[in-house]
This record gives sequence, C-alpha cells and structure tokens, in this order.
Amino acid sequence: MQRAAAAPHVVWAVLFIIAPLLFVVYYAFTDKNGSFTFSNIGAIFQASYLEVFLRSLCFAFLATVICLIIAYPIAYFMAKAKPKTQKVLIMLVMLPQWLNFLIRTYSWMALLEDTGIINSVLMGIFGLEIPPLHMINTSGAVILGMVYNYLPYMIIPLHSVISKIDPKLLEAAADLGCSPLRVLTKVVFPLSMSDIVSGVTMVFVPSISTFYISQKLGGGNFDLIGDTIERQFQTAYDYNLGAAMSFVLMLIILVSMAIMNRYAGEDDGGVVV
Amino acid sequence: MNEKKIIELKNVAKSYDGEVILDHINLDVHEKEFMTLLGPSGCGKTTTLRIIAGFVTPDTGDVVFEGVKINDIPAYKRHVNTVFQKYALFPHLNVYENIAFALRLNKISEEEIYNRVEEMLAMVNLKGFEKRDVNLLSGGQQQRVAIARALINKPKVLLLDEPLGALDLKLRKDMQNELKNIQRKTGITFIYVTHDQEEALSMSDTVVVMADGKIQQIGTPTDIYNEPENAFVADFIGESNIIDGVMLDDYKAKFSGHIFECLDKGFEKNERVDVVVRPEDVDVVPPEKGMLTGVVTSVTFKGVHYEIIVNINNFKWMIQSTDYVEPNQKIGIYIEPDAIHIMKRSEYSGQFGDYSSFSDELDRLSDISEEEE
Repeated sequence: MQRAAAAPHVVWAVLFIIAPLLFVVYYAFTDKNGSFTFSNIGAIFQASYLEVFLRSLCFAFLATVICLIIAYPIAYFMAKAKPKTQKVLIMLVMLPQWLNFLIRTYSWMALLEDTGIINSVLMGIFGLEIPPLHMINTSGAVILGMVYNYLPYMIIPLHSVISKIDPKLLEAAADLGCSPLRVLTKVVFPLSMSDIVSGVTMVFVPSISTFYISQKLGGGNFDLIGDTIERQFQTAYDYNLGAAMSFVLMLIILVSMAIMNRYAGEDDGGVVV
Repeated sequence: MNEKKIIELKNVAKSYDGEVILDHINLDVHEKEFMTLLGPSGCGKTTTLRIIAGFVTPDTGDVVFEGVKINDIPAYKRHVNTVFQKYALFPHLNVYENIAFALRLNKISEEEIYNRVEEMLAMVNLKGFEKRDVNLLSGGQQQRVAIARALINKPKVLLLDEPLGALDLKLRKDMQNELKNIQRKTGITFIYVTHDQEEALSMSDTVVVMADGKIQQIGTPTDIYNEPENAFVADFIGESNIIDGVMLDDYKAKFSGHIFECLDKGFEKNERVDVVVRPEDVDVVPPEKGMLTGVVTSVTFKGVHYEIIVNINNFKWMIQSTDYVEPNQKIGIYIEPDAIHIMKRSEYSGQFGDYSSFSDELDRLSDISEEEE
C-alpha cells in the first residue's frame, strides 16, 4: 500500500532528478563517440577555466557574506514587529521575486548604466560637469546582482528562526545581566546558527551556479561557471565539456556544504544538499 | 522579621490598551522576607513582579530599591533575578553553562566559576548533572537549574513567577520545602507569585492577596486565613460561608434569623456586614440543640472529613465534619463565638460564599483555566 502511494514520487525522482544526473555523469566521462575518457575533466584544468571557477567561488562567497550581513538585522527587526506588520514585511521581501529574474536583472542595468537612472539623478543634483559614476560592468555590479536576487532566501529562514526564539529566553538573558547587545551575541546568534547555515546554503548554491547576471551587469568581463557552462551547450555545442564542468561544480558545492555543516557544529540543523 | 525595606512600590499603576492591570498599588518588601503575591489570573500579580524585575515600566508611580528610585534602570542592571514560569533555560547550553551564564558576563576566573557553579549544584541537589543537556531534564530538574542559575549572582531579591505551576503535586510539595530551605539558608528576599492559596499559606512570611489590580489584604498567613478583610479574601483563601448579617451591638451579630455572640466590635449600630464562618468551625448537633437548623442536600466523603452542604433559610452552607449525616436529614448547627468573623461590606459582598451552585467539577474547571494563563 505504502509502496504504491510512493510510486509517483519515485517516478518523478527518477525522471527529473536521477536521470539528468546520470546524463551529466555520462557526458562528462565520454567523448563525442561515446567512449570512456577523462579528457573532458582534464580540459577544465587550464588557466582560463580555473580562473572562472575561482572567480565564481569568490563572488558567491562575497555575495553570501553580504547577504548575511544585510539580512540578519532585517530579519531581526521583522521578527520583533507586530504580527500584522510582519506579514506585510514578508510580502515586501518576496514581492520582487514575483517578477521574472531576467526583468529584474535588466532593471538593474537601467539603474546602473553610465547614462542610467542613478547617474541621471546624481547629475540632476550636482550638475552636468561631474563625470558619471561608473557602476555597470564592474565586479561590484555582478555581486550586487547576486545579493539582490538571493537576499530573500537569506531573510526568510532567518526571520522564521528568530521569530521562534522564546521571548522569555531574551528576558532571562537580560535578567541575568546581558545588555541588549549581549542578548544578541549570547542567545540570539547561537540559537539561530542552524538557520544561518540554511540561509547561507540557499544563497551560496544559486550564486555559484548563476548565469546571465554576470553577462548583463558585468558586460562579459567576469565570466562565471554558469555562463561558461551555458556557452558549451548553447554556442560551442560541446556537451561533454559542459557536462564535465557541471560535474565539477556539483563537487565544489558538495564540499563547500560539507565544510559549512562541519563549521556549524554538531547541530543537526544544517542542510543536506 | 527584618524591618529594613528593600523594595517599595509607591502608587504604581499600569494599563494595557485602556485596560487597568494595576490600580495604584503600594507595597513594601522587607529584607529576608518570603513574600507571596496571591490571586486569580489577571489580578496583576505577574505584572507587579515584572515591574520589579524591570521588564515592565509602570505608567505612574515609583519603584524603589534600597531607598533609590529605579524606574529607569533597565532589567540587566538591577540586583534582582527571576525564576521564570516555564524555566526559560537556554537550550543551546548544558546545565553547567546555564548556571554559569551570569558569571561569564563578567571577567571571572574559570576556577571561581567552577567553584560557584558546583556550590549551586550542591544546593539544588544536582551534583553530577554538569554535562547534561537541559532539554532532556525532567520538569523538576529543569526547575532546579533555573533556581541555581538565578541565585548564582547572589541577588538581593529573587523573583519567582509561578515556578512550580508545571510540576505534579508530589514534586510540588517537595520543591516548596526546598525553596523555603534555600530562602532561609541564603537569607535572600523572595517574592513569589502563585494562584495556589495552599502554597502561599505554607511557604510565606507575608501573603499579599490581589484581585482586579488592587491589593486586597497584606498579612501573615494566619492573619489572612483567620481575619480576612473582605469577602474576596475569605472566599479565595480556603472555604468560607459568607452570610449577610447585621451588627446589632458590639459582640452581637444577627444573621440567618438568629442572634449570635461574637468577638468583634467597633461597628456602627445595626451596620450591615459580611459574616464569615469557616466550614471546619461549624459543629453538627441534633436539630433541637442547634442555633440554626437545616436540611442536608449533599454529602461528599473527602478522606479526613465529610463535606456536607446544608440548606439553612435558603442559603447553602458548607460544613466539614468527621461525623456522617444522611442526605435529606434535618440537622442543627452550633457555632462558637470565636468561629465567627465579621467583615465590613465591600464591592465583593454577595458575590462569594454561597455553596448553592457548588460542585467539585466547577472547582476543578476553574483550576485548569487558571493554569492555562
């Protein structure tokens, strides 16, 4: 009976999760004729690709840290707001997600360009003689795009864990002599550690594999793994190299998450990717 | 008892959204005193405690600690500590670290922390529990950790907010004794909040009965029981028959159509009063010898005594007697002068002390709803 009920899930998992993974592995370790080879994996180990991998790791790491720093206070104050206000604030956080990812990225182009909205406003204030603030096509713009797109995935889990912390614990800490800052460091941070890990995962994983953000906001100067993989399938038609890159990316993510979970301690709150 | 005041509440009032929680109360707490704030849910006892702890700011009035007004001093700077209703132990810390929490906020050597935590563990009988996960302790053990955690900084005053409410009866009795012992040993002032009158009477030096945001009476447990000031106190503390009466003269009260001798004086002639007679002070006698007579409507066996409800002139009395009587039997009752207590009429007159709607079930239901507070 139970087996029968589970059947649709099994079919789903096999069709849409296991099979694609097997295809990735198959393409990664075969050549154009379908015979086994390590050459695709080997091809990744050249300076230009390694640079791309390193840059992706670096950008994703920065984006995640920035998200955490921005999201924590937001989540904290949301959790302290009245229940009605909280609902509205969660809506506002999620609202941009209702728009298509591409449209959101194009909007940032319109904002950041040398003749874009921000520079127009600045010129309106300070006069035409100042040189435009150069923002588009910089690494900062790419990281900004990542932070903007994935911030809600950090805020939501943090908000949910902070709002679940028993207010009596905060009172108990104050009662025992904790100033408001120490209540945060001694009680709130430790108790939200498990969901910091899940928030970090939710931001880091999509950030490291993202594509398009860099093409649009980085002007093609900051190739990331996602873009490189996309190119193998869309323009170079080298499915084997693309699959090999995807495979290595998966390994990188798995290792990062393993380190992350270890770092969070024995706490069972970590997310298995 | 020490006469030195450690905490004074002066004309303290608090409302939430227009609802009055505390109605200008005045209260003095003395050094080394075990004071209990007793009252039904919503009477303001917990708010009073939270005002002393610093979690609630009064709308008006002063909170004075050792002669100094502390209204504006935040909770974390006050020399009082709290044992919370549901313990509020830190789930990410083990027993040792929970107790050491307050010490770790200051620069105290690891050795001194160890010594003081061990001393606390010994006091609450939890030696050997240092490494335990607080989430896996029983309710009684969590309670002990909470007490040790609150006492480690040697506060001048310990506030306890219904600390035993979640424990079962047997454990509660043991913890009552232990708390009383700890209080005697440490000499720390305890302010204890409960809705359990028996707990209040058995532990306290001073009981403060509260209702509707006002203090109804302050006194020793025996005063509160024997000399209740109004119908609310008489009814809330123990069982009481509260009858409308008239004070004919000093030492002479008339109620239920009979003139009784009593020990009270100082009322106006023919002043209307509330008369309290405790169920255990009423003697059952044959009808011809009774001061009053009535018909038994129900008898319940309670172990040490029978609880008898008697209809006398359409007022249902409760009588506790070790002698069995039959339902529907006509009996007489006899009341000694010292068993009669006369009170001035108050806003609570006529609301309490008639057992016509009495049933055990109702009593139990109201207990449950109070615990859910």
